[in-house]
Amino acid sequence: MPRPEWLPSRRGRETPSADTALWSKCPKCGEVLYRRDLAANLDVCTRCGYHFRMNAYDRINAIVDGEYTEIGQEVVSSDPLEWSDKKSYPAKLKADRERSGLSESVLCGFATIGGFPIALGVMDFHFRGGTMGRVTGERITLLLEEARRRKVPCIIFAASGGARMEEGMLALMQMAKTTAAVARFMEDGNFFVVVLTDPTTGGVSASFAFQADVIVAESRAVIGFAGRRVIEQTIRQRLPDQFQTAEFLLEKGAIDMVVDRRNLKDTLVRLLEYAKAPARAS
Amino acid sequence: MSNNIIVEREKALVELERRIAELREASAGQPLDMSTEVAALEQKYRQIMHELFGSLSPWEKVHMARHPARPTSLDYISRFDRFDELHGDRHYRDDPSIVGGFALLKSRPVIVLGQQRGRDTKENLRRNFGMPAPEGYRKTSRLARLAARLGLPIVTFVDTKGADPGISSEEHAQSEAIATCLQAFATAPVPIVANIIGEGGSGGALALAIADHVVMLEHSTYSVASPEGCAAILWSDAGKAEEAAARLKLTADDLRRFGIVDEILPEPLGGAHRNTADVVRRTLEAIDAALTRLSALSKERLLEQRYRKYRRLGEWHAEGLEPIARAR
Repeated sequence: MPRPEWLPSRRGRETPSADTALWSKCPKCGEVLYRRDLAANLDVCTRCGYHFRMNAYDRINAIVDGEYTEIGQEVVSSDPLEWSDKKSYPAKLKADRERSGLSESVLCGFATIGGFPIALGVMDFHFRGGTMGRVTGERITLLLEEARRRKVPCIIFAASGGARMEEGMLALMQMAKTTAAVARFMEDGNFFVVVLTDPTTGGVSASFAFQADVIVAESRAVIGFAGRRVIEQTIRQRLPDQFQTAEFLLEKGAIDMVVDRRNLKDTLVRLLEYAKAPARAS
Repeated sequence: MSNNIIVEREKALVELERRIAELREASAGQPLDMSTEVAALEQKYRQIMHELFGSLSPWEKVHMARHPARPTSLDYISRFDRFDELHGDRHYRDDPSIVGGFALLKSRPVIVLGQQRGRDTKENLRRNFGMPAPEGYRKTSRLARLAARLGLPIVTFVDTKGADPGISSEEHAQSEAIATCLQAFATAPVPIVANIIGEGGSGGALALAIADHVVMLEHSTYSVASPEGCAAILWSDAGKAEEAAARLKLTADDLRRFGIVDEILPEPLGGAHRNTADVVRRTLEAIDAALTRLSALSKERLLEQRYRKYRRLGEWHAEGLEPIARAR
């Protein structure tokens, strides 16, 4: 698939050792995959179907019909707690920007998919572990407010380790802020879909992600509130591999469907068709 | 030995308190005047109190917030004019780590909710150390919706290390339970007053703390993660909790400055448990005053004000917080 005009030229992604190579090894089946084949298969292992974590730009490229108009790029992080440990927080942000090519852990904007105009937010685990800080919360809130104004459905791809420690309580408050924005958006009868991708935990799963009308998850994505390590430390035993996977949540009744990434766009377009509802009473 | 540094410190005082009491008793029945000795000891006692508790570091506040004798939600709720507890999430079970129900506060009917830890091991086991399961949050959102329907204000008491991190809680969709709680509080068209009375741990605390007015006791803490959790997440070393506590800006003063907390209630020297009755009385007065003020607002105004309050939090161009250079 050719890279559209709006997409900036490619940045380094993930760890350089794995990435400078032409080949990637599937962590599940061990298959050595030619990177171009892998990209053409939406970062899904051609042999076993393992879903690699996907870069936000690739994700958008795989979902939208053509153009993607980004909003909220002007919103960038500052350092409210003047945080510093091994590195200062601004230095961590800078390093992640260079490494991921992203300005923050979420990209927000407008596009059409299957001809339907939608608001589209995409989180990326490669930026600060997809954690939600003030910019993440602000951009998602702006997206929902603008989607409400335009009366278009909103789709958000979640990928997050939770609230961002380095922004302290101001990060936690983004759960409240995005919740309020989701509530207004949905109260007006707008359709909200969240796609949970690997991994979605903590403050993101416990706020806007689990407030959607329809919750879709990618195959084998890890989804939960508490992290696996925390639970294992609490109960002092090893958890089964299946625990907190998308398939596990489906069985427990927490999500609507588990979808293979290669069928995701079709699935989303079908959902949008149902929600179009021209006969809806206003 | 307690692992609470405040409790350890208090042990040093116990001996002094005993000696003062003994001397008082002895001097009462004696012709010999010992008041100067008593006064000297009392002076010494006050001095030590100030040294020990006059200025608490964030880490000391963390321990104060977790003090086993610190007033819990039920200490406050039992001082309401009336309380009729309501139980259960209507799906699976009643979670005793959250108590809630109808109550009268200075003759005003309200819905009250609070996270409840135990005072001893047995009660702590029953109440899961005040860490709510999804059932507790579902009870909470159910009662918040009830309040919204009946037009009753909501009063909450926040005191939890965090939401329960267990297998069953994950199986019962802890994330969804908290997310739904947040939504219920964000949209309830009634006044909400939240009180951070002990430890406010992460999303599990926030689930009861979206409010029009947030009151926080002077030595309570409210944090994105427990200091131990933060240290484990960032540095894979829970032993660096003291450092995390200092960095997280989890004290009442910090949070007032950020606009997350609206009102700080001072505590007696040495902490709220040194005069529970007074702290509870002043807290209930603060709640009453806030409810009186909020009840004068129309529903629309109240909801708009609440939306703006949270909309503003963490605005990137907030005063004094300059954005750093853009990526591109």
